[in-house]
Amino acid sequence: MIAMVLVAHSVELATGLRRMLAQASPSVPVRIAAGMDGSRLGTSALAVEKALRSALGDAGGDDVLVLLDLGSGAMAIEVAIETLPPGDRARVRVSGAPFVEGAILASVAAAAGASIDGVLAAAAGSSAMPKLPDDWPR
Amino acid sequence: MSRLMALWLLRAAAAVHESRDWLTGLDAAIGDGDHGINLDRGLAAVAQRIDAEGVLRDPGGGAGAGRAGAAGPAAAGPGVSDAGAAGAGALLTMAGTTILGSVGGASGALYGRAFLAAGRRIGELTGATPPSDDRAIAVEAFDAAVAAISVLGRSAAGEKTMLDALVPAAGALRSGCARGAPIADCLEAAAEAARRGALDTIPMVARKGRASYLGERSVGHQDPGAASSVILVSALADVAANRRGG
Repeated sequence: MIAMVLVAHSVELATGLRRMLAQASPSVPVRIAAGMDGSRLGTSALAVEKALRSALGDAGGDDVLVLLDLGSGAMAIEVAIETLPPGDRARVRVSGAPFVEGAILASVAAAAGASIDGVLAAAAGSSAMPKLPDDWPR
Repeated sequence: MSRLMALWLLRAAAAVHESRDWLTGLDAAIGDGDHGINLDRGLAAVAQRIDAEGVLRDPGGGAGAGRAGAAGPAAAGPGVSDAGAAGAGALLTMAGTTILGSVGGASGALYGRAFLAAGRRIGELTGATPPSDDRAIAVEAFDAAVAAISVLGRSAAGEKTMLDALVPAAGALRSGCARGAPIADCLEAAAEAARRGALDTIPMVARKGRASYLGERSVGHQDPGAASSVILVSALADVAANRRGG
């Protein structure tokens, strides 16, 4: 089963999203790497590494999908991936999709048994999904 | 060399702590306002580990408390208490790992990787035959740090980043050492080049990082990453000079 990692600057944000994913797709394992020690905002490469290693275990032989809240977390993810053995590195995919919407759609696809490419596509497609009804008054 | 690295890291931690509010002010102007606080925390953690490992308690760098410290976590390979270049490499590696875990965001990733790259390069050169001298090791380690930042940050000088201080500093270090100047003089030249480079960022338009979202509004402010790089390089020059002066 594809596992997910949520990388965010706020632990509350990531924890809240994880709860939503648990409701939407309880079978999909989700790890988080968010905030710094204490209640500080920020992303830590070491925390991401820890989450990745756990998620790789959760996934069995399947791949891991990473989502992030802001682009400023990308460097921490890159550094973390590079600490992994080469075989594991290939199993980690990162999506630039919107954090909440991408995670929800990805987890639904993963729970339905989609391949990693299908899950990535689902996440990527989330930005095109309208949030408001067509007849929403301007 | 390891004693010099330990002294430097402690000096850098103290200097960043003193300048914490100033760095935060720079970052508040063109960033998210946490650079000083973040870096202070990270270097304080590094300083704490140096104290805990007892690196400076034993000038011989190997007996008693020092050795006990080296038997702690990650003891495979040279310990931070080993004297000479091997210990220096281990210290920088420890600093990099500590920073990666305690300094958030881009600064943590960039500084963390820079220290790790420098530590790794020292490790590579330490076993080399013929053995490199301390100046050659310093130049290569500095270059490795700058290259790591450039690659990870996908950046070069001229984009209003820490590289605008570090690239000139690396150049000054290399040319000073190539001329045969004593290491303390080369490092002083590097610090001076870093200072000038950081001031040069004031009129620049930011092209990377949070400040790049401000565009023209980033003009007129010194880049906080360049400013903190100056503090680190200056601390290294200070420590090297004290050592020579006794």
